[in-house]
Amino acid sequence: MSDALQIPTPPAAGPSGRKPGKILSRRNIFIYGTLILVSLYYLLPLYVMVVTSLKGMPEIRVGNIFAPPVEITFQPWVKAWAEACTGLNCDGLSRGFFNSVKILVPSVILSIAIASVNGYALANWRFKGSETFFAILIVGAFIPYQVMIYPIVILLREAGLYGGLTGLVIVHTIFGMPILTLLFRNYFSSVPQELFKAARVDGAGFWSIYFRIMVPMSLPIFVVAMILQVTGIWNDFLFGVIYTKPDLYPMTVQLNNIVNSTQGVKEYNVNMAATILTGLVPLTIYFLSGKLFVRGIAAGAVKG
Amino acid sequence: MAAATGPARWHRNISAKIAAIPMIATALVIFIGGTAWTVVYSFTNSKLLPREKFVGLAQYERLWTSNKWLISIENLAIYGILSLIFALVIGFFLAALLDQKIRFEDTFRTVLLYPFALSFIVTGLAWQWILNPDFGIQHVVRSLGFENFAFDPLYNPDIVIYGVLIAGLWHETGLIMCLMLAGLRGIDEDIWKASRIDGIPMWKTYLFIVIPMMRGIFITAIVLVTSGIIKVYDLIVAQTGGGPGISSEVPAKYVYDAMFLSQNLGQGFAASTMMLLTVIIVVVPWAYLEFGGKRT
Repeated sequence: MSDALQIPTPPAAGPSGRKPGKILSRRNIFIYGTLILVSLYYLLPLYVMVVTSLKGMPEIRVGNIFAPPVEITFQPWVKAWAEACTGLNCDGLSRGFFNSVKILVPSVILSIAIASVNGYALANWRFKGSETFFAILIVGAFIPYQVMIYPIVILLREAGLYGGLTGLVIVHTIFGMPILTLLFRNYFSSVPQELFKAARVDGAGFWSIYFRIMVPMSLPIFVVAMILQVTGIWNDFLFGVIYTKPDLYPMTVQLNNIVNSTQGVKEYNVNMAATILTGLVPLTIYFLSGKLFVRGIAAGAVKG
Repeated sequence: MAAATGPARWHRNISAKIAAIPMIATALVIFIGGTAWTVVYSFTNSKLLPREKFVGLAQYERLWTSNKWLISIENLAIYGILSLIFALVIGFFLAALLDQKIRFEDTFRTVLLYPFALSFIVTGLAWQWILNPDFGIQHVVRSLGFENFAFDPLYNPDIVIYGVLIAGLWHETGLIMCLMLAGLRGIDEDIWKASRIDGIPMWKTYLFIVIPMMRGIFITAIVLVTSGIIKVYDLIVAQTGGGPGISSEVPAKYVYDAMFLSQNLGQGFAASTMMLLTVIIVVVPWAYLEFGGKRT
């Protein structure tokens, strides 16, 4: 009720919280009702995808997309994973999955390694001009990728890396650098300076302080960076389609090619199974990481 | 800087300098060099390969008389303005609801944020299926007895961009909500107590006291959403492919198509330079307000 809002809490009721009202007050019905409705709306696409992927095509043609499957079949999943065609390849999304893994692992390791060392240098070993380069990096994060796409094509072509996985790994490292460097710089700056100075007095240098003090002290931020990079790189489409060849396309590009191909009969159940398969990796990370994911996002927001 | 490193000699701090080489190279070669290169070559008539034959503003004239580009700009404006307004309003509203010391806050937040973990490709394909007129919402409502019900945004050139908007909002509103929630948590409890004692209705407190206090968060959210909107590409590719016809084209797709499909590099460079200009128009005033203001 509204009086629960306006009457100040009596001191005896404890340090926080309002007077406990009736559970079914108008206020509660409004708050929980709205939140439940919105949540249902948010869950709807996921539900529809799952339900569709478990139906056979005849059932999809006659039924409605919200109805649960009458006859559950896993055939669409098998087909999406192992048989769906893109162009001449008919080995399903599994190819894209393994390509994505091959792109993901080195990109995540390389981008985090480079950005963490950058952040460490910026936080503890500033040199003339270091702040300027950092400023350029942060401003660069706002430049639309489209502006830098083609010069990178030329550079990679000159280096003989255009169309291969190595080139794409380098591109992911470059574009992950601003946000990750910011993340690590801010974190390392909050490590007590006394610790750093004590290690310096003991004769430790740049690398030994990094490996023996900074890295062991900063594992949570490494986890945040990993979550950020794994979801970001897995979900990338633009760089994948530009910098790799069809054989090496990451999962997102292959998924789009399977679903939006104009040839053949559309198999909506296979398409939805393929879509869920592609979303499964970031979703798993999201649900497992919980608050750390939010922290990664907050760090990303600081960029703005 | 000098205070931390002592006398500045080039070999002092040499490890840090070596370690920073990737960052320096990225900043100078890619971010400055690459951008400058594209801007310069937008004044050439490069076709299949970049050429140094300068033609002044010819590419820009062609760009602004191209129907496809004008539609792209119009779509971006509609999509951008509406998604900004809706994302901020809905995001703030949901954050305010979550901030009422409710139970299951974590559960609600997890549900509302999960679309943000998915890629735009997955988002676009999911909504393409739900909005499919033969199977999706339109079909379901019609089979309930409303024979004339029409809701086929993805097949109607006039409203296709709103179909994309639905998917875009589903994807990003959770993020804005999380930002707003963090902002609301930063508001002093005493403000609430004071306004409650004064008998100010809750919605007035939000509108006239809390929101003005959260100015910083709002600006951050606006910059974040805007720079995301200008880059929007994957969502369109997955959901509509730019169609029907060219009715849902966007600038980022125009650039890609010009560079990699129609071998018209000069057009691509000119279009991407226009995108850069848009970002500058948005970001520079913000950077000035945010960082320039503090010094004075």
